[in-house]
This record gives sequence, C-alpha cells and structure tokens, in this order.
Amino acid sequence: MGAVLKHPTVAFLSRRLLHSAVVLLGVLVVVFSLLQLVPGDPIRIALGTRYTEASYEALKSASGLDRPLLVQFFSYLGNSVTGDLGVSFRSGQPVTELLMNRLPATLSLALVGIIIGLVIALVVGIWAALHEGTVSDAVVRIASQFGVSIPDFWMGLLLITVFSATFHLLPSSGYVALTDDPWQWLRHIILPASAVGLVAGAILTRYVRSAVLEVVSMSYVRTAKSKGLSRRVVTFRHIVRNALIPVLTIAGIQFATILGGVIVVEVVFAWPGLGNLVYNAVATRDYPLIQGTVLLIAVMFLAVNLLVDMLYAVVDPRIRLS
Amino acid sequence: MTTTLDVEHIDSTRIASWRLLLSNPVTVVSTVVLTLVLIVAVFAETIAPYGINSIDVPGALQAPSSAHWFGTDDLGRDVFSRVLVATTVSLKVAVVSVAIAFVAGVTAGVIAGFMRGWFDTIIMRVVDVMFSFPVILLALAIIAILGPGVGTTMVAIGIVYTPIFARVARASALSISVEPFVQVSRTMGVPAPYILRKHVLPNITAPVIVQTSLSLAFAILSEASLSFLGLGVQPPDPSWGRMLFDAQAFLGQAWWLSVFPGAAIFVTVLAFNLVGDGLRDVLDPKQRSIMEARAKK
Repeated sequence: MGAVLKHPTVAFLSRRLLHSAVVLLGVLVVVFSLLQLVPGDPIRIALGTRYTEASYEALKSASGLDRPLLVQFFSYLGNSVTGDLGVSFRSGQPVTELLMNRLPATLSLALVGIIIGLVIALVVGIWAALHEGTVSDAVVRIASQFGVSIPDFWMGLLLITVFSATFHLLPSSGYVALTDDPWQWLRHIILPASAVGLVAGAILTRYVRSAVLEVVSMSYVRTAKSKGLSRRVVTFRHIVRNALIPVLTIAGIQFATILGGVIVVEVVFAWPGLGNLVYNAVATRDYPLIQGTVLLIAVMFLAVNLLVDMLYAVVDPRIRLS
Repeated sequence: MTTTLDVEHIDSTRIASWRLLLSNPVTVVSTVVLTLVLIVAVFAETIAPYGINSIDVPGALQAPSSAHWFGTDDLGRDVFSRVLVATTVSLKVAVVSVAIAFVAGVTAGVIAGFMRGWFDTIIMRVVDVMFSFPVILLALAIIAILGPGVGTTMVAIGIVYTPIFARVARASALSISVEPFVQVSRTMGVPAPYILRKHVLPNITAPVIVQTSLSLAFAILSEASLSFLGLGVQPPDPSWGRMLFDAQAFLGQAWWLSVFPGAAIFVTVLAFNLVGDGLRDVLDPKQRSIMEARAKK
C-alpha cells in the first residue's frame, strides 16, 4: 500500500485530488455566501410585487433562512453533496431538476463548439507552423489574433445575419434534442456552436502553432530527419504527436471556459441551456437557482481541469515527476 | 543605493526597449489606433454630430449615408454618434475595473510572494477558488447581489480580474525575493517596505504592464457582454453591448445596427491585445533575445 502511494503518478494524483477538494470547499463557501451578501432581505426582494405576509413566511421557512447561519451553512454543505440544491424561489421546482433539464443543451453546445475549434486549430495551426515565415503563416497569425478579439456573441449575430436573416439556410434560434431528431439537432446547433467554436479555434490555433514550432526545433526531430525518415512520418509521428500533449491541456481549459462562458451566446440563440437559465434567474432574483447554476458550472469547470491535469500526468511523465 | 552606473544601465535598457517596441510596425499601428480610441473617448460628446438621444422617428432605420455614416436605429437616433459616446463608457468601465483588479491583485500578490508562509497559502487558495468560476458567471453572480448598473459592473469586473494580477505579481515577487541581493538586504535588517519599494516593485513592472494591457481587452469584452445582458450600462445611455442587444430585432433589415457597435468592440480589443503582445515581446527576456537576434540579422 505504502509503495503504491509513493509511486510518482499516484502521489501526484492524490495531491491534485486533495487540492481540488480544498478548492471545492472554497467554491461551496462562496456560493453559499452569495445569498447572505444580498443587501436587504433576499426573500422580500425575490417576492417583489407578489409579496404577502403568508407567502413571505412560507418561502422563508421552505428555504431554511430562518435558521442560524452556521446551521444553514452545514445544511447547505450536506444537501449539496447529496445533490439537493433547494427549490427555485420563482417556480417552486427543485433546482437540481431544473439544472438537469438544461444540462444536455449546454453540454452539446460546448462539445460541438470545442470540436469545431479543435479541428480548425489542428489543421490551420499545424499548417502554419510547418510553413513558418511564409505568407500563409502570416495570414493564419493575423486571423487568429482577429478571432481572439471578436466577442463570441457578436460572431453569433453576424452568423445569424448571414445564414438565417439573409440566406435563410439555418434556424437562428431554438433547440432540438439529438435523440428526437438528429438532422434538426444539427441544423439548430451549427450556428451557436460555430460562434463559440470559431473563437475557441482562434485561441487554440496560436497554441497549436507554437507547440509544433517548439517541437520542430528539438534534436530528436533533427535525428529523425537525418535517419532518412519520410517527411510524413517525421511530421505526424515525431512532431505532431509530441506537440499535441500541451495542446490537450489548453483544449481542456478551453472546453471548461466554453461551458461557463456560453451564457451570452445562449441568450443570442435562445438556446435553452444553463446560461439562459442563470440569465433568467438573475433577472428574476431567483437566488437558489443562481446559486445552483453557479455551483454546477464551477464544479464542472473544476472537474474538467482536474481531468485534464490527470490525463496530462499520465501522458507526460515529466509533469508528475516535477 | 543607486549608483551612476546603474542609472546609465537603466537608461540604456529603456532606450533599447523603446527602440524594439517601435521597430514592430504592428505594435506602432495598434498604439496609434488606441490613441485615437482614447481621443474619441475623451472628446466623444464634442465630436458626435448628433445628440445620442435625438429621436427622429420618420428617419428611423436609415442605411449608412453621408448624413448618417453608420445609419440610424429604430428610433431614428444616429448610430455613429452613439458608437462614439459609448466609447467613453466602455473605456471608463474597463480602466476603473482593471485599476481595481491591479491595486487589489498586485498588493495581495506581492505581499504573498515576498512574505510566503501562511499568508501566501491563504491568498493562493483564495485565488484558486476564484479561478474556479468562469469570468462572466462570477461577474453575473456579483451583479445579482449588488444590482445592475455601471458602478457594480466596474466592481464585478474588477473582482473577477483580481486573481490573475495576484498570480502574476506573486510569481514575479517570489522569483525576485530569492535573489541574493534581496536575501542580503533582509539579512542586513533592511525594513520590508523599503525592500518591496526599492527591489521588488521595480522588478515586477514588466509582467504587470503586459497583464494590464491584456486585461483591458478582456474588461472591454466583459463589459460588452454584461451590457448585452442588460446588466451593465442602463438605457438610454449608449453602450456597445446594449446596442448589439437592441440590434437583434433588426438583423434581417438593418445590418448596420449590429455591424458597427461590434466592430468598435473588435477594433478596441484587438488594439489592446496587440499592444499587450508587443509589450510582452519587448519586456519578456526570452522573447526579447529572439527579437534582438532577428533585428541584428
């Protein structure tokens, strides 16, 4: 047992897991504090014009806000771990249920978005690096810099203007589940996923290009070339494969960023995901729903980063040994 | 104690940095663009040909023309004038929020990196927790607590960008504080505030300057996103994000309503990014040696 724990990979993974657990506790403290930090009485604010003495007391008791702060915190902690995130102030439905209904839409958007981004970045980034200093490399560098500076929601509006409003090729809003109708799902997801994917692609292209350039100058690549290996073998087996290791981390981080950052794109495309849910929750001051969405997205963000770090440690021994 | 030799060395390094910076045409062009954006931000009200809330319903949704360079919106208001005046708000929000992040982040980061120990551990765990929240989501949560508006947007963006400044400043402060000259100063009993002011702060300026430029770009994007969601600048004051939100209803019939405010965000963010990249090339020793080698070729 002791020997297993001393193994560099196991030791690294244990350290990383412990670190994530500490950060997760911090995340729970922050999310719990959101409701406590609201100036004034959050229930009074949430009820707005629907306020009556009876509805106020009922909501206060149902949300547990009439209990001491520490009791509230430990109760929140225990409930969160078991998946109970309270009930929505507005609809009265369990927050977990509302989140689970919206999760597939956001996950599918983020997944298709990162796939579009990765395909663009790998093709364009590798091409640019292998043609360093040429006109095409310069064009790629300029285009990726442009892409990084474009707000994804503006990209969405431009795509709607061209493909929906002008040429009527694709729908500008709405969502169809993949299981209901794959063709309609594809038609509806192309524009929002392209809006996030093109921007992610621009960011990833820069990393792919610099990662490939770094590997190109390595001595083992020179050795492979001097051994007389074909250009294709040197490029794909020696350069691209090694360059992809750091790209994996950035792609993971980018996926997590899309998961948490698609709020505005979801609003543009009326995409019924977590982003739209939290946007409406903020507008209606539905604090338990805001807390639940923020917690879920932060946990997914943490989990993706943890997974990427673990994969990275398994793929590249230098990380766990450092 | 600063000797004459030190002063000469610092001066020659500064001149070399400026030369390198000016030798990059992209950085020069983006600096000129940024200067123009700043001039527009300061004199927007004077330059704007029309009042930002001058409603002219019969002249609504006019395409760009010599009278209205960027066309008119659904209330007949001049889009060019509104884009110009929105520059002031966007830059004001970006500058104030980055200033908040700069002061809070650099202070926490420098003290953490210099003191190390429990203070460093606590600060870095807080930074880790804050990094677990996507930027827009955290800003949205803060605005949900404080209520929408320009002031709260500045505070929200300021808070979400504090951790990055703390991390950059801490890393630099940590590497400087283990240098022999700092260790000797500490051993000699030189007071910590003096060491921080004389040795640590001057040595962390380069990465912090680069981060400031890049953060200004992100802050403009964040402000535009929050205003698009109706949580930042409130109507009738113009903001690029809010103008894009209003443009959604007219995408098929008035392309100019979405193109020009979006282009204004794009150009400003691009300029800040390029200036940030240019500064990094010159201030980062690894990049700098590459550039100097290229310049000598």
